[in-house]
Amino acid sequence: MTPDPIIAAFRFGYGLPSPAGAPRGPEAMLAALAGPDTMATAFPGPRVDAAMLALMNDADTALRTSRRSEGAAATEARATYRAHIADLQSLRTDAVKASFARAVEAPDGFRERLVQFWSSHFTTTARSNTQAALPAALVEEAIRPHLTGPFSAMLRAAILHPAMLSYLDQSASIGPNSAFGQRKNKGLNENLARELLELHTLGAGSGYTQTDVRQMAELLTGLFMGKKGVTFNPVRAEPGPETVLGQTYDGDTLAAITRALDDLAIRPETATHLARKLATHFVADSPDPAIVTAIELALTQSNGDLMAAYTALLTHPAAWDPRKQKARQPFDFIAASLRALGLTGPQILRMGDGPFRRLILSPMTPMGQPWQAAPGPDGWAEEAEAWITPQGMAARITWAMEVPGRLVRPLPAPQTLLDRCLSASASDALIWAVPRAESVRQGVGLILASPDFNRR
Amino acid sequence: MTGHPFAPRLNRRHMLRGLGAVACSAAAHPLMTTVTLAGSDGAQPLGDHRLVVVILRGAMDGLDLVRPMGDPLLASYRPGLSATPGLDLDGYFALSPHLSGLTDLWQKGQLGFAHAVSTPYRNQRSHFDGQDILEAGTGLDLPDYAVRDGWLNRMLQSVPGLRAETAFAIGREAIPILEGRAEVRNWTPGMTFDLPSQSQLLLDHIYHDDPLFRAATTEALTLGVSMDAARMMEGQTPPVSDNRRLREMDRLVDFAADRLAEATRIAAFSLSGWDTHRNQAGAILGPMRQLERIVLRMADRLGPPVWDKTLLLAMTEFGRTVRENGSNGTDHGTGGAMLMAGGALRGGRVMGQWPGLATADLYQGRDLMPTSDVRAWAAWAMRGLYGIEAGVLERSIFPGLHMGDNPGLLA
Repeated sequence: MTPDPIIAAFRFGYGLPSPAGAPRGPEAMLAALAGPDTMATAFPGPRVDAAMLALMNDADTALRTSRRSEGAAATEARATYRAHIADLQSLRTDAVKASFARAVEAPDGFRERLVQFWSSHFTTTARSNTQAALPAALVEEAIRPHLTGPFSAMLRAAILHPAMLSYLDQSASIGPNSAFGQRKNKGLNENLARELLELHTLGAGSGYTQTDVRQMAELLTGLFMGKKGVTFNPVRAEPGPETVLGQTYDGDTLAAITRALDDLAIRPETATHLARKLATHFVADSPDPAIVTAIELALTQSNGDLMAAYTALLTHPAAWDPRKQKARQPFDFIAASLRALGLTGPQILRMGDGPFRRLILSPMTPMGQPWQAAPGPDGWAEEAEAWITPQGMAARITWAMEVPGRLVRPLPAPQTLLDRCLSASASDALIWAVPRAESVRQGVGLILASPDFNRR
Repeated sequence: MTGHPFAPRLNRRHMLRGLGAVACSAAAHPLMTTVTLAGSDGAQPLGDHRLVVVILRGAMDGLDLVRPMGDPLLASYRPGLSATPGLDLDGYFALSPHLSGLTDLWQKGQLGFAHAVSTPYRNQRSHFDGQDILEAGTGLDLPDYAVRDGWLNRMLQSVPGLRAETAFAIGREAIPILEGRAEVRNWTPGMTFDLPSQSQLLLDHIYHDDPLFRAATTEALTLGVSMDAARMMEGQTPPVSDNRRLREMDRLVDFAADRLAEATRIAAFSLSGWDTHRNQAGAILGPMRQLERIVLRMADRLGPPVWDKTLLLAMTEFGRTVRENGSNGTDHGTGGAMLMAGGALRGGRVMGQWPGLATADLYQGRDLMPTSDVRAWAAWAMRGLYGIEAGVLERSIFPGLHMGDNPGLLA
């Protein structure tokens, strides 16, 4: 099982054709990953900066005003609210376009695939219109900059991000014995603490207890997403030290929280959990235990260095198993299709919001992956069976048959497309079927709907 | 599937089909056929009896369909699934409460079951291989040339004088039980997931060797996923509602019944959705309702004169585990159950030798022990309905089968 360039493109990128400057082989792929994140600069995404905070705060204020007032004042406040929400949603749409543009253009597709992986690991969704651009900002500010560093850096950035604090109710969690909690008679919300242990670090069934969850929740109190962004206010924090997994964290400070996060990031249970997830995501729904062990070891020995984990992944023979055991998720399916059809990043950015929504964004919903709206904090399912469903296939086939002709004129000749996007990996069945298509449109549809194209 | 003795058959069938299929009929295509009807001309070489075979795809849980309530072990194996009481049949077995519409037929002796049945397939518990063996009607030890066709087709081959145009296929799912040299005709109902037939044929070709893609797409086409470009671009996720499934099923049953009322003698349906690994109590509701609907609507649509001459057999590739699993469902097992209905049936009985549920009585400590071959019941049905010689049944139609004693299936 030696590294095969076609397997590399499918399993660790967005498929063929390989983009200009694409690294060949594990060492070059890792070197490219260690280099600068050129796509983040070429196709920038949203950040929770002063402008976004102002938009969000003004939208909230306008909404409250519209509810409290009547007549012209209410109408005006509603209009202001709608305008701000439209601006926030447009930030979101631009971020989706940027994600596709990066996937299509990136010389190192592995980086973009890793961004999607970690975005699912640290899933958030907008829980109100005001939060529309927050999940994309988390990807931009917490995932991309820390993709190749120590896991602790990404963990800190993701857990302390406004999107996460809002999504997992941290802003509603108050130390019951804190001054604020006593005054307002408010208490703990364990949501973030529980998911932090279960999903983001240690993993379910790894031995932590309900007491650990409770203690972690108490430790996290004081932290919330406020008008000025992420804030730690000791008035909300549960007084006294907390003990999580035998470690005591004293002081009602942000520093105590980050110490706990740093400790969690390098726990052996976390290494096991992350190793299994990485191997499952990239290689097989039931990965070879050997590759899981190799990644786990790399993480443990390096105190959670993500580059070490990726190196263990890419240099393990099991990573190059010629069987394509995974199904492309809908984002990957569409991104790979756009690349195969020859669309460029700038073309995607230039698409009008209407066509972009109809042809690219909305079809992800019937395919089972509505954008940044995973069903739960555990992110997207990995099993091929979760994606290749009757509804999912009906949507993929319909997309493959109907949409390419609206994106690219003229469509590539099916034979050309077949060579370009599957090369030597096309199956005999597909090679047999493509020339028998009734039309170019149908021929293109067959290729994009085929298991050859949809498995990786 | 690779390495299995039956894998070569799939390829061969695939090849045979691929060479001519796009140019000619859609008969043999998995995405194209669900119900196949075989009839005869005015001379009626098959006589007046009708045989309807329903293939229950996904491994129907026989212990949920016909529950051995008289065995106290059942509740310990299946605390969740046995919590809702079944409908008492004979003091020992109880019928799934979802089939309450069938109790009248039971009282009239027009409903019966064979329990603890299976094909010769063992241990692998793959849906696709299990269904292939069920429909090929063979054991495991035969060379692949012997099992290219389905057993119901081989029955047709054994009867001289059946006319070519007397066979139909309805729907879009494969029914390999009727594939083979004897020609059958096909009918496809209107589609809700609209694909030109040429696209379907070619997609069928490229999905053929990928069971996951094949099954999902077949179900999308068969069970009415409403999907078109407009819906997709609006981001609509189509529900596959039970009502829609029932309506689709009604159309198939009505078409079959209308042909059976005339010259047609054989119909084969396929009904999927039985793979209930999770939350079985809810997941099995839809398929059970459809099964009930097939029987009741067939009886109603045919009316007494034809229904009295009809035997319906519903069979599945294998049963499910005796114990509930950790997600309130059951996993792939071995022994299962078979449902029989029709005015031609001497029913009102749960037939077969009951193996018991004690751990020592289970197959590999986990599955219901099969005590009879599902093919034997089908063989006795064809022996009784059409007078097919036992020798032909045991050698050609079900090679290697020992039919055993006559269970006296017919009224």
